[in-house]
Amino acid sequence: MKLFPCSAAKTSSPAVQNSVEDELEMATVRHRPEALELLEAQSKFTKKELQILYRGFKNECPSGVVNEETFKEIYSQFFPQGDSTTYAHFLFNAFDTDHNGAVSFEDFIKGLSILLRGTVQEKLNWAFNLYDINKDGYITKEEMLDIMKAIYDMMGKCTYPVLKEDAPRQHVETFFQKMDKNKDGVVTIDEFIESCQKDENIMRSMQLFENVI
Amino acid sequence: MAAGVATWLPFARAAAVGWLPLAQQPLPPAPGVKASRGDEVLVVNVSGRRFETWKNTLDRYPDTLLGSSEKEFFYDADSGEYFFDRDPDMFRHVLNFYRTGRLHCPRQECIQAFDEELAFYGLVPELVGDCCLEEYRDRKKENAERLAEDEEAEQAGDGPALPAGSSLRQRLWRAFENPHTSTAALVFYYVTGFFIAVSVIANVVETIPCRGPARRPPREQPCGDRFPLAFFCMDTACVLIFTGEYLLRLFAAPSRCRFLRSVMSLIDVVAILPYYIGLFVPKNEDVSGAFVTLRVFRVFRIFKFSRHSQGLRILGYTLKSCASELGFLLFSLTMAIIIFATVMFYAEKGTNKTNFTSIPAAFWYTIVTMTTLGYGDMVPSTIAGKIFGSICSLSGVLVIALPVPVIVSNFSRIYHQNQRADKRRAQQKVRLARIRLAKSGTTNAFLQYKQNGGLEDSGSGEEQALCVRNRSAFEQQHHHLLHCLEKTTCHEFTDELTFSEALGAVSLGGRTSRSTSVSSQAVGSSSLLSSCCPRRAKRRAIRLANSTASVSRGSMQELDTLAGLRRSPAPQSRSSLNAKPHDSLDLNCDSRDFVAAIISIPTPPANTPDESQPSSPGGGGGASSTLRNSSLGTPCLLPETVKISSLRCPRLPPSLITP
Repeated sequence: MKLFPCSAAKTSSPAVQNSVEDELEMATVRHRPEALELLEAQSKFTKKELQILYRGFKNECPSGVVNEETFKEIYSQFFPQGDSTTYAHFLFNAFDTDHNGAVSFEDFIKGLSILLRGTVQEKLNWAFNLYDINKDGYITKEEMLDIMKAIYDMMGKCTYPVLKEDAPRQHVETFFQKMDKNKDGVVTIDEFIESCQKDENIMRSMQLFENVI
Repeated sequence: MAAGVATWLPFARAAAVGWLPLAQQPLPPAPGVKASRGDEVLVVNVSGRRFETWKNTLDRYPDTLLGSSEKEFFYDADSGEYFFDRDPDMFRHVLNFYRTGRLHCPRQECIQAFDEELAFYGLVPELVGDCCLEEYRDRKKENAERLAEDEEAEQAGDGPALPAGSSLRQRLWRAFENPHTSTAALVFYYVTGFFIAVSVIANVVETIPCRGPARRPPREQPCGDRFPLAFFCMDTACVLIFTGEYLLRLFAAPSRCRFLRSVMSLIDVVAILPYYIGLFVPKNEDVSGAFVTLRVFRVFRIFKFSRHSQGLRILGYTLKSCASELGFLLFSLTMAIIIFATVMFYAEKGTNKTNFTSIPAAFWYTIVTMTTLGYGDMVPSTIAGKIFGSICSLSGVLVIALPVPVIVSNFSRIYHQNQRADKRRAQQKVRLARIRLAKSGTTNAFLQYKQNGGLEDSGSGEEQALCVRNRSAFEQQHHHLLHCLEKTTCHEFTDELTFSEALGAVSLGGRTSRSTSVSSQAVGSSSLLSSCCPRRAKRRAIRLANSTASVSRGSMQELDTLAGLRRSPAPQSRSSLNAKPHDSLDLNCDSRDFVAAIISIPTPPANTPDESQPSSPGGGGGASSTLRNSSLGTPCLLPETVKISSLRCPRLPPSLITP
């Protein structure tokens, strides 16, 4: 009720209105995953494993999706000494295959299925996809440098030996020397897979994470 | 770490596949997962009420009774369930903590009963979630205060119970502060109260005009002048009593300086000083004016009543705390007065024989009008003056009527707000401290794990050091993950001490760096052993941790982590069974790790040209790990912890049981 006709009521700023709508939207985002049988068929997990995974996932993200911020927080708790936000960003993009800004349970399972139960080829493919930031099929030195810096960031400052400024760059050089067969400055998927398959260490450690679930 | 984070660990480990092609050193093998018992449903019978939950849920917090093997003590093999003879209603909250990661405080239960249940199940009260934390603390404080009051009242109640050795001073002080302790004190209390009243009444009465005996019509003197002697005697008596009381209090006060500075003693002094000044001031006309003024101060004796009335004291305190509001009221009033006085003066300037002779003269009119008193001794006569006068009285109503309720409500609002703000600030500090502690806790856990030679090849379960084996599956896997990162980047996690020393050593340069860094590592490791969480490491970890965005967020994950991590450095008896047996069982680690460490010297990569310097510490790193482990050769074993371990694992070789 206006006591004095001249005093104009303040119109609520559009920003406020938008945020209200946003809130409603976010509140209604609820993602239900595909049926258990469908997921079992699509991935290489057994029903029981899927059940365990989903229970944990649902407990943490009742809405059914993980957005990038939450993802970064979760990941940073495993690496308290360093800054894992950049690497978590790359990882998020690798998991979010449909690039909709949120990782649903299906994306989660798809990624884990490859990482834990996939063939060596599939795993290497996944790793290549992770390194290829712009998903153009080539890993350039700059992309690799970004990834490497992100990994080294996770170590934090207190390392032994003391982390040098150009350690990531050196590592990238090593990597390219090993992987880039035709020395054209980029690594393609075939070069990558071929070089990795020749490296015994890498092949041996591929089995490392199979018993994670 | 807590539930939520534990769920994501498999994912984080799976994502480590992304490091495989980049690793320059071979990655360590994964920890052998014990025969995974799958995810079975456990039945917990609490006084007849059955609770069923997944085993994994309980395993989330290995530092508690239900999460550790301590619950095996309560296992009933016949019925296949865990039986606890405790309150089932409280257990519901405890179990919900495992499920959701947040401990809620039941509103209708006694807070002490809740505390006891928490202690039984091994949960720290700090785990209470933020939603319930304030209320929990309030109720606890209330309870504690009430108990303290009861105790005090009990003590105060039995007066003779004062220790016989107490001096006269202490007894006197107690008598002054609590008049109900003894009859003498009560008598004294009432006598002083009576004399305060008498003194005040005398001051009042001596100004009343008494009719003189001679009945001469214009002759009316104040009583004080008619009976000067009587009033003087009464005044003297009162002042003597007050002086005596003041001196006695001064004598009995435990801290004389503090007593001298207190408000009540100041009031006492102001009450009796005028009398003494008046005694020494000669009775001549020049200073009698000042003398009269001094007598005004006698009215302050009425404030002595505040010792007798708690209400007065509370009022004084609240006025003090609302000083800013009152100041604002005064300020706004002053502004309005000045404005209106000016306006009225200029409006009435033209009139003859006007009362508004100057602006300060108009102040009186403005004040009287604004407070709606309206004496009528000054009234405007011009039309403009009348208009402004009416505006003045209307605005006076507004200006005064508005702040007054605000001040009244401010009394309670400010009082409670201050309390809440302090609580919030304290909670914020506690929260930040928890975050810091949590981050440093994880780091320290990993560093200690490394020290205890967790990095060797995990052979069969038997050979592995007991301390290493006793870590929870989650810890094992998390440490493996961190180890993989180390191998990928060819750098190791260290604590801040070693890092700063290595930094200094590197700046010295040359060959000395290798030896100093190796020796400093040995030093650093021993210092780590001696102090579990060095403060500097914590502070460094703060700065590093603060660089991550997660610190500022208050998400569920953070709370979960806090809940879980907070407990890892906590020196609980239960944790000595589980999370950190490697603190105590260094003896066992020693012999194993020496052998294993030699096996696991990492081969520095040959194709990194710049690592010629760091690679020697890298190679020396392997040797230094040997050094580190051998530095554990002098363990500080606590006999009781060894006994506990022998209880847990009867398969230990007999040589270990004898400390």
